This record gives sequence, C-alpha cells and structure tokens, in this order.
Amino acid sequence: MIPAAFEYHRPTDMDGVLAVLAEHGDDARVMAGGHSLIPMMKLRMADVPHLIDLQDVGGMSDIELGSDSIRIGALVTQADIIDHEGLAKAAPILREAALQIADPQVRYMGTVGGNVANGDPGNDMPGLMQCLDASFTVVGPDGERDIPAREFYEAAYMTAREDDEVLTSVTIPMPKGGYAYEKQKRKIGDYATAAAAVQITKDGGSCASAAIAMTNLSDTPIFSDAAGAALVGTSLDDAALKVAVAAMLGDIDPTEDNRGPIAFKKHVAGVILRRAIERAWSRA
Amino acid sequence: MSNKMHIKLNVNGKDEEFLAEPRELLIYTLRERLNITGPHIGCETSHCGACTMTIDGKSVKACTMFVAQASGKSVTTIEGLGGPDDLHPLQSAFKEHHGLQCGYCTPGMITRAAKLLEENPNPSEEEIRFGMAGNICRCTGYQNIVKSIQAAATEMNAAKEAAE
Repeated sequence: MIPAAFEYHRPTDMDGVLAVLAEHGDDARVMAGGHSLIPMMKLRMADVPHLIDLQDVGGMSDIELGSDSIRIGALVTQADIIDHEGLAKAAPILREAALQIADPQVRYMGTVGGNVANGDPGNDMPGLMQCLDASFTVVGPDGERDIPAREFYEAAYMTAREDDEVLTSVTIPMPKGGYAYEKQKRKIGDYATAAAAVQITKDGGSCASAAIAMTNLSDTPIFSDAAGAALVGTSLDDAALKVAVAAMLGDIDPTEDNRGPIAFKKHVAGVILRRAIERAWSRA
Repeated sequence: MSNKMHIKLNVNGKDEEFLAEPRELLIYTLRERLNITGPHIGCETSHCGACTMTIDGKSVKACTMFVAQASGKSVTTIEGLGGPDDLHPLQSAFKEHHGLQCGYCTPGMITRAAKLLEENPNPSEEEIRFGMAGNICRCTGYQNIVKSIQAAATEMNAAKEAAE
C-alpha cells in the first residue's frame, strides 16, 4: 500500500506552514501524527500533492493548566494526555477518553489537534470537546480566531476551519463535577459503535448541570442540549434517564455500516449513554 | 513523481544516509533498503503491530510513518535488542515460555514489550494485556506471550537488583 507521490514540506515555524498553504491551496494538507491521514493516503482515498509535516513547528506541544482553563497544544499526543498527572487531576475525562483511543503505538503518534481537526465522525476527541465546551484556536493569513467546538463540525470531514488555516490549540474551561467517557467498540483499535461523553454537576441531591455529547452516531459529533436539559433539576431517577436517552436518540442520525444496522446503533447508544450518566453521577 | 530527498536515520546505533522518495513507508525502507528484516509487514493498516519499532523513545507502527517523517530520528528494531549469542531477556523468555508460536508477530511483540517494561518494570497481567493491545498474534498465542513478558520482567528486575 503505497500512497501517490507528494512533495514533502517540514517547515520550522507557522509562517512557513501558512506560506505553503497559501501557495498550494487545496493541494496542501497539514499533518501532525499522521495516523488518520496516512492510512487514507495509502488507500488512495486522500490525494495530498503537498504534505506539510508539523513536527518541527514549536509551541504546540504543551499542556498548560490555568486557574480557570486548560490549554492543550495541537501536537500533544494521546500518550501525553494519559501521562500528564496534573491534567488527570484537573480534567480526568481526558485521560479516560484517551485510554480508549486505538492502541499504545497509535496513541504515541496520534495528536489531540489531528483528532479534533480532521472532522472524522469516528474520532473520540471531538464529542468530548463539545461536552467540555472547548474552543479551538486556528491561525490563518488573517491571524488567529477561536471557534467553539460545538460550532466546529459541519459534516463528515467538513469543519469551520478554512483550507488556509491550521488548528494550533484547544482551550477547555476547567471542568467541574462528575465525568464519564463510555465507549462501545468491536475490538481494540476500533472506532466507536457508540460513545458518550458526560460531565455533570450536583447541587444537594439534584443535578445542577449536565453536558452530553455522542460520538460516531451521525456525520458529526452530536452535542445533545436536550439530553442534558432533561437531567437538570432531577435526582437522576429512572424516569429522568429515560427522558434524557430519548432526547439524545432524537438528536443522533446513525447510518447502517459494518458496525451494525441503525436500530442496533440506537440501542447501543442508549445503553452507553445511560452507563455514562450513571458513572458521571456517581463521581459528581 | 516527487523528488527524492536526503534522509538521515540512526538505525540500531548505526548512521544511515540515502536518497528516498518521501512517500516511502519506513517499514519498507528498513526491510528493502537497509536489509533490516526483523520488523515484519502484516496488515499494513496500523492494526497488527508486526512492524513495531522504537523511534525516539516511542513504540511506533512503521507501516504508518513515511520515511520523510522519520528523517533525523533514532530507530531501534528487534535487531537492536539482542543477537543470536546475546539474547535480550525478552527473547530468552519468549523462547523458554513458548511465546513464539509461528514467530511472525514476535519481533513486533518483543520490541513493544521492551518499551512497555522500560515504562513499567512490574506490570500486572492486565497492564501487559493493555500495553500489548496494539500487537496481534494470528496463532492467538497470547497466554504464553503474557507469561514470557512476565518472566522477562522478573529476570530483568533481578538483574537490575544484582547490579545495584
């Protein structure tokens, strides 16, 4: 499996990256770890005449813990997320999700930036970032701008990032309360049949806030406002869980593929969401 | 056709320089160009782990890395771990505890296991299974592979203690 020929660029700063993008437009693609792009190139499903390798561009490999937010550089790998003790304390849902992505070798290479920027509905980080209300910083010829994760995904592989922009970092408001990332997959290394990211806060015995996002159940990740709203003010009794699951099922739009027919995917989505809510609640 | 580029690699301690097309996959570079045939080509889709090697301290599947990306890096393959007369403790343990089966997955298994034991010298069975999840054995010989890694860990820890 040999990909089509390409010109390889390895600039050492962002100006160099943007210059190649400006010169070649649609014919150029940036790559971080490459573990989404390279398989697509090998299968000749992606044609990339100009490949821009970001590995030598500095300033995108740090995890910064602020007092009210967390900034993660685009080149931070899933393995970096798993290994970072401070991050595991501040936002444990990130490690919980990262540990469920692919396998160790892929986690050494796969980056947070690549995972969220690619727009693959099967990727785990986009739904998680929507749950956490993260925003993505992109840089282009006109400078930097921030795009909320909940507004970033337009369709499969189509995002609010323009072709001449590069995603440089992810900023997450400091998460509060209980959390869970629950994922059903056929085997190690697979994408989700269904996955749910849940973050819940508690006030006394009732739910004060709930954020819910689902992975690989539509052509984009799905932030289900209605599912979260169904839990607020309840004690997460069975009736509330049923309403939340029904609300989520109204927001997703799965298609039949080799992971199963639509009815099966909806069933799994309900089971996974219920589990995730219960686990997040138990930790709130 | 893209232009060839000048590639520099350090493979098992030896510096290599050559011209290659950037699209050449690292696993092919090692096998076809440098005659390092320990790492195997299995699935070519980054699932099976037969091509696992250590690149700048990370376990990597070399079927999913372009030679251009690897330029300037240090690579360790099974050949860099031990030789016929000087087996790495993992190689001895795989031999001793029947972790080899047909042997096709073994170089990737051992290279990955070496990195795993470097990061976690006392892994539980569960940690071994989780840490080796990116390596598939088509003989499904996992039980003896786990046993072999456990035995090697014990051996390596004892040797380390004796040296201290």
